Amino acid sequence: MDKNESDSELMSSLETIPVNVEAATGNVEPLLHEIRHALKRLADGEKGTTIDLRGLPLAPGEEERIEAALGEGEVRAELQALGPTLVEETSYPGVWLVTHRNADDVVIARMIEVTRMPEILMSQREDILRGINKLESELQE
Amino acid sequence: MRKDQTLGEYLQAQGVSRRGFLKFCSATASLMALPPSAAAQVADALASARRPSVIWLSFQECTGCTESLTRSHAPTVESLIFDVISLDYHHTLQAAAGHGAEAARMAAMEENAGKYLLVVDGSIPLANPAFSTIAGISNLDMLTETAANAAAIVAVGSCAAFGGLPNAQPNPTGAVSVSDIIKDKPIINVSGCPPIPVVITGVLAQFLTFGKIPELDHLGRPAAFFGQNIHDRCYRRPFYERGEFAETFDDEGARKGWCLYKLGCKGPTTYNACATLKWNEGASFPIQSGHGCIGCSEPNFWDKGGFYNPISAGNWGSRDALLGAAAAGAALGIGSAIAARRRQKKAQETTI
Repeated sequence: MDKNESDSELMSSLETIPVNVEAATGNVEPLLHEIRHALKRLADGEKGTTIDLRGLPLAPGEEERIEAALGEGEVRAELQALGPTLVEETSYPGVWLVTHRNADDVVIARMIEVTRMPEILMSQREDILRGINKLESELQE
Repeated sequence: MRKDQTLGEYLQAQGVSRRGFLKFCSATASLMALPPSAAAQVADALASARRPSVIWLSFQECTGCTESLTRSHAPTVESLIFDVISLDYHHTLQAAAGHGAEAARMAAMEENAGKYLLVVDGSIPLANPAFSTIAGISNLDMLTETAANAAAIVAVGSCAAFGGLPNAQPNPTGAVSVSDIIKDKPIINVSGCPPIPVVITGVLAQFLTFGKIPELDHLGRPAAFFGQNIHDRCYRRPFYERGEFAETFDDEGARKGWCLYKLGCKGPTTYNACATLKWNEGASFPIQSGHGCIGCSEPNFWDKGGFYNPISAGNWGSRDALLGAAAAGAALGIGSAIAARRRQKKAQETTI
């Protein structure tokens, strides 16, 4: 038996151990209420809210439960800036899931943004000015 | 990065867009455990931040702290932080050795007098200077010489912060922490054996961003990372509240992921960010992997009576162990139990 076969056998034998983790922090529902309150403030014309998912204690599987509860909406955008960032509007308009990854595709920050449009999607003034310079120099050539 | 460049200028020269910079700031604010609304403040501060010189000294240590740091989520945010600090001396990582390396340290100290950040991992032996030397210089002499003109000191790991494993009884080398020796400089203790890598980079990012030390707890640790105990942030906490405990590592409770308190978990008395930041790129942390917290970010964790004894058993063993010591003491005619209780009393007094 070569090493790969033995590793594979070991892994499948690990799966036979009857582990059934039933942990839950109870933080999912309060988080959804926090989002509901933030949405009401947004609808009333107040500022948006950002929630850093790294700051919350979550049990295995709870982040996936949050994602499932929020669902998928109409907008999905990916940008490439120091690694990919995925910006998704959830099934609740105004609630966005923003996932920043580094160049190795490792998640470096994950936020829920309650806003009309996440700022990271907007063109930035500094970049616009740089773009004007570039366009002008190309037109001069 | 040139020394006269600000971070904003450097990133622009590298072709990083403002959008990329905002992403960097958002991740950095998260890394520093700041509220997301602080990202704009971080952007303003970082845009004008200049490259600080960092001197890293390693004394009585196992290199686990450097291993932890160099295994942090390497590219982008952390590597950018390392691009923008000038790591002028780190004898494990640098190519130079001997006189060349020491000349680099002296040059960095002279050029950046009063402004450089000194990072220390490992404890300092006082019993005999020859127990640990670098280029023939004792750890004590190197620390006092390098600390004299530092802006601040970061003691990385439980050895530098509290003495750590070398300081465990009977402490044969007379190991002490950085703060036992240096009394006139701001010291940030980033404890842990090793510390969480993103906590190390988070503290460096904080210094780079705001040029000052963060809010510290009573043990000199950054409150943003050490402000809450593992227990309060642990996802297994609801089991504790319901009295559902694993009694052994292979019983039904263990399989169901119940609380590990009775198996010696030190989460209730340990202050660190493992339960939220986690390890290995956020994959897991010891409790999630089925093992109790050993309390490695707390002072004297090695001497607190066994990793598998519940906290309720006290710092110096269970009631049964103390009774056992009494029996042995009676048999031998030596008051072992009295000695054990004396140690326990002393430990309590020290703690208080």
